[in-house]
Amino acid sequence: MATQTRRNNVLPGFGLTLGFTLAYLGIVVLIPISTIFFKTFTLTWPQFWAAVASPRTIAAYRLSFGASMAGALANSVFGFIVAWSLVRYEFPGKTLIDVMVDLPFALPTSVAGITLTAIYASNGWIGRYLAPLGIKVAYTPLGVVVALTFVGLPFVVRTIQPVLEDLDQEYEEAAATLGASRLQTFVLVIAPALIPALLTGFALAFARALGEYGSVVFISGNMPMHTEVVPLLIMSKLEQFDYAGATAIALVMLTASFVLLLGINVLQRWSSRRLAA
Amino acid sequence: MASQSHREPKRPGTADPPAVRIALITIALVFLALFLFIPVIAVFAEALQKGIGAYFAAITDPEARAAIRLTLTTAAIAVPLNVTFGIAASWAIARFDFPGKQMLLTLIDIPFSVSPVIAGMLFVLLLGVRAPLGGWLAEHGVRVIFAEPGIVLATIFVTFPLAARELIPIMQAVGSEEEEAAIVLGAGGWQMFFRVTIPNVKWGLLYGLVLCNARAMGEFGAVSVVSGHIRGHTNTMPLYVEILYNDYQFAAAFAVSSLLTLLAIATLAAKHFLARRAVPARHEQDHLAVKVAA
Repeated sequence: MATQTRRNNVLPGFGLTLGFTLAYLGIVVLIPISTIFFKTFTLTWPQFWAAVASPRTIAAYRLSFGASMAGALANSVFGFIVAWSLVRYEFPGKTLIDVMVDLPFALPTSVAGITLTAIYASNGWIGRYLAPLGIKVAYTPLGVVVALTFVGLPFVVRTIQPVLEDLDQEYEEAAATLGASRLQTFVLVIAPALIPALLTGFALAFARALGEYGSVVFISGNMPMHTEVVPLLIMSKLEQFDYAGATAIALVMLTASFVLLLGINVLQRWSSRRLAA
Repeated sequence: MASQSHREPKRPGTADPPAVRIALITIALVFLALFLFIPVIAVFAEALQKGIGAYFAAITDPEARAAIRLTLTTAAIAVPLNVTFGIAASWAIARFDFPGKQMLLTLIDIPFSVSPVIAGMLFVLLLGVRAPLGGWLAEHGVRVIFAEPGIVLATIFVTFPLAARELIPIMQAVGSEEEEAAIVLGAGGWQMFFRVTIPNVKWGLLYGLVLCNARAMGEFGAVSVVSGHIRGHTNTMPLYVEILYNDYQFAAAFAVSSLLTLLAIATLAAKHFLARRAVPARHEQDHLAVKVAA
């Protein structure tokens, strides 16, 4: 199954497929991406600075990064428990639950947005029980966290699950034989093996949440300085034809995503090295 | 103990105390109920709140039909293009070595890390009437932004990596021995492709197609930027949901949403069905190795 160098490979089609791949990549992705840099070059420094560092933008960064972090943390805790339950325990409806975990990937974000708003509004199915406790979800930053937890839900589960399945239980048996308690085994034997996958899942959920628009736009209420996330701010700048301002903020967000992507790649390499060892 | 898998003997050293097991399963179920199951049930409950007649009226309304038509048209253009790209890219990447392969893999993933709003904005910057290219197209009577072509382009962008990302590891896992045998025995390139390659990866291909299609039909943020929200003209189904909702036509918004939710559930079912078949059993070990290495 090893790939071969061009010279001693009998298979045809290398030029055709690579040529098509590069041409299509160029037209669909690289040319559109490059426009953001060209557009940014047309801005002066004061213009750029005014767009990326205005109080409204700073408030949006704070909410976007904070709520994405909170959502990714919630997913790390609960996603881990879900993955652990799916791999280690038997319970009725397990297959259905395993399949449903991917729902946030498959459900259009506008549907997720209006549905979460409906059930977490103060008269909604869940919101009505939270309102008497003084907890307001819809149209508050907490609503943003709920939406971002929803969109990031599959990532932690799906990165931990395969690692947990491949984890050889002999090490746990060895630990138990040598007198470790179950908690000690978990902390000293199981957890270290899962940490790279957990971090990868966290970073993927965080990156996804940072760019999310559809599910947030309905539940947040979009009040500038209060419940406006960065993608919403970019959208409102585009609607006012402030393309320069929108581009400058988009450049900041793109840079953040690429740094995250790089971090995820490093994590995954670390993780696969650990597994191979 | 019934909770242990019946294929493997009970392994006492690896079992959690029953209290821990019950607590963790309960937490998992409550979390998933709050975030997955209650929302899905709520979509259908809200959609039917004004009765079955109102439900069918909402989904057969001319504007709803126009939105369904545009969603289907968009997917019918974007999905075949991206699946073709996925086949070409996976063939080049899984069957040959060339400098810059790792770089190419990273570039293919770019659309995953771009916010949908920014993806839509890229096409407004490139093809809006104020941009040089967009201006030139407008002079020749071609309108891209705030029109259907923009929606199709934005959809192609956001669904770009999906088929390729599924096909590359599968193509690697299946291996090239059978294809090499076909060529050595005198088959032509296309003959090998249709008789060996496609049958070998057909389930993986279908898997990639299903994922790509779900995202193409459900994309909201990117198409929202390029659509301009012209009623009955440039609304896809997810955009039409937003318009109805903002018009306080909640039951109708959820009725259209219920169609998209059914699509999502069908996608998950197809995914579950296809995932086992994507890689032939004899290659499964290789596939796992590839997945870990990727």
